[in-house]
Amino acid sequence: MPAADAATDPIVRIENVVKDFGPLRVLDGVGFDVARGQTVAVVGRSGSGKSTLLRCIAGLETVQGGRIEVCGHEVGRPGSAARAQLRRDVGMVFQSYNLFPHLTVERNITLALTLVKKESKEAARKRAAEVLGLVGLTEKIRSYPEQLSGGQQQRVAIARSLALQPQVMLFDEVTSALDPELTSEVLAVMEDLARRGMTMISVTHEMGFARRVADLVVFMHQGKVWETGPTAELFANPRTAEFKQFVGSEL
Amino acid sequence: MSYKFDFAFLADKWPDFVAGAWLTIQLTILSIAFGFLLGTVCAVARVYGGPLLRRLVGAYVETIRNTPLLIQIFIVYFGLSSLGLKLSAEVSAVIALTVNMGAYTTEIMRAGIQSILRTQLEAADCLGLTRLQAILHVVLLPAMERVYPSLASQGVLLMLASSITSQISTEELTATANLVQSDTYRSFEVYVIVAVVYLALSALYRLGFWAIGQVLFERRRRLGTPL
Amino acid sequence: MIQLNANHLLYLLEAARWTVLLSLIAFLGGAVVGLPLALMRLSKVGLLRMLASGYIQLIQGTPLLIVLFLSYFGLGILGYKLIPLVAAGISLTLYAAAFLGEIWRGCIEAVPRTQWEASDCLGLNRFQQYAYVVLPQAVRIAIPPTVGFMVQIVKNTSLASVIGFVELSRAGQIVNNSTFEPFVIFSAVALIYFVLCYPLSVAARTLERKAHAGR
Repeated sequence: MPAADAATDPIVRIENVVKDFGPLRVLDGVGFDVARGQTVAVVGRSGSGKSTLLRCIAGLETVQGGRIEVCGHEVGRPGSAARAQLRRDVGMVFQSYNLFPHLTVERNITLALTLVKKESKEAARKRAAEVLGLVGLTEKIRSYPEQLSGGQQQRVAIARSLALQPQVMLFDEVTSALDPELTSEVLAVMEDLARRGMTMISVTHEMGFARRVADLVVFMHQGKVWETGPTAELFANPRTAEFKQFVGSEL
Repeated sequence: MSYKFDFAFLADKWPDFVAGAWLTIQLTILSIAFGFLLGTVCAVARVYGGPLLRRLVGAYVETIRNTPLLIQIFIVYFGLSSLGLKLSAEVSAVIALTVNMGAYTTEIMRAGIQSILRTQLEAADCLGLTRLQAILHVVLLPAMERVYPSLASQGVLLMLASSITSQISTEELTATANLVQSDTYRSFEVYVIVAVVYLALSALYRLGFWAIGQVLFERRRRLGTPL
Repeated sequence: MIQLNANHLLYLLEAARWTVLLSLIAFLGGAVVGLPLALMRLSKVGLLRMLASGYIQLIQGTPLLIVLFLSYFGLGILGYKLIPLVAAGISLTLYAAAFLGEIWRGCIEAVPRTQWEASDCLGLNRFQQYAYVVLPQAVRIAIPPTVGFMVQIVKNTSLASVIGFVELSRAGQIVNNSTFEPFVIFSAVALIYFVLCYPLSVAARTLERKAHAGR
């Protein structure tokens, strides 16, 4: 259970985040809030800093300025307890799925359940079957990743994170590496998750998905939040030339 | 050529050869196992450790790989004895062979570990695994599978190199050969027999490694594909 | 018991020269026999392939010490009484030839198939293909592993001590037998081997890296 939040407190707070890679400033004062149960789509051109932002929220990169808070705890606090807390609260799905090739689908999912959550083997197996059912891949439980298509592997990756019952799920361009026919099955799973009330932040190029499913859209450009707002409103009335151009080119 | 080949001595002496071969097997299986553990720990230290640790492991590996095994064995057996630590020939042999195997294994496993993409570690990290858990469950087994042919070859090489321990009177196969040939004066025949035994042992060890691989690498056993 | 002194170190260093000489003999001998072996392994004639393959597998599956004994006593049977240097040289040549042959076979096979095809289309016969197109490229590929194997040769000359040749290891044993300081002496011997081998190891690694960078 996260720290006692009022139901209206944002579950993710990003304040004025600055991130440099050497001399290059990739994030230049990024800030927005995410409420519990919201689906956020982060869009923008390559190099706008969107993936870096997601990795900062997940604690995979350190920030040079500003502050990120997840479930009331600051990201980047030193100590293994703080790190473990972040890992419990946040689940991340990568563009290249990153399944463990030497383990079966079941073991991919139960690994963290047994090692981190210290669940028993039977409980872990039950949970694995459950989440695989949620993503529609129950019959693949004993398969190895290489026997699955890209879309199936990505769905397993989502199930793997889901099994740990995070408060927030981060998706880093999860359909970008897939053939077009396979993206819809993954987007369907994400849509289902959103409907069930999961808080999601998704870096994506899928504008159709963003328009249909996202509550909040964040358009990033040159390391800044260029435009942000409720989905329908943002797409109906784009304010900046850059966003207009971006939307035009993505369609 | 007026030499008459004569293998008659075998009738009496074959139990000696068996005993010698058995000691060779015992010594080398121990050394391969301990050497592999030592090498894996050093490889992990080399890849994930701090600069001092990396340099220490590097020094260990370079020292062993650039000096002859014969001298390493002499230092363990004669050298340590002169410093007060008297070890039996067999124990000295295992120590020297283990240290030797460890150095070569370090390099082999290091290559294997470094071939595991960093993204695998990131995924493990995001799932909440500690560094150690990630190394044990996500890195080591696939790394080992990738470099398994090299590991197996190194094991066979170590078994062959164990013949050098005959020089500190370990009663393994080569020492047995030396003894028998000085008894019977049929030098050439004796070493031919022993060469054949070593060839058989090489084949046996390769088979053994293959079998171990089948047990360890379940995915490969089931799917037959490389990692 | 004699005290350990500078003369002993000099004795070791002098013996090291024999180590270097024996290494060179083994390498040159191994090269002269190894190249034909490599070519035989790649020959279209099945018998040649089998002979070369059989020889290489025999040598690679037998401890070097046994190969040394076999050639030493084998030469004795054939009626040759040879000085230890020559006996050791012949034995190490047989050993080096097998390994170099195998390494070089791999390097020749590493030359892309397309080079064979292109030279074939230009009308070169097999000998010309080897001499003008394939071997020159194979040589470039072969340099790093060959330099690496030279390290093995230098280390393996230590076994010549067992058949009585006075190189560095035997010299160490001789000095030890009069001074009884094995730890110091064999550490010094190890150091001298290290000084001989380490530069070769570094060279092999550097060459390997450069070869990959050029791709």
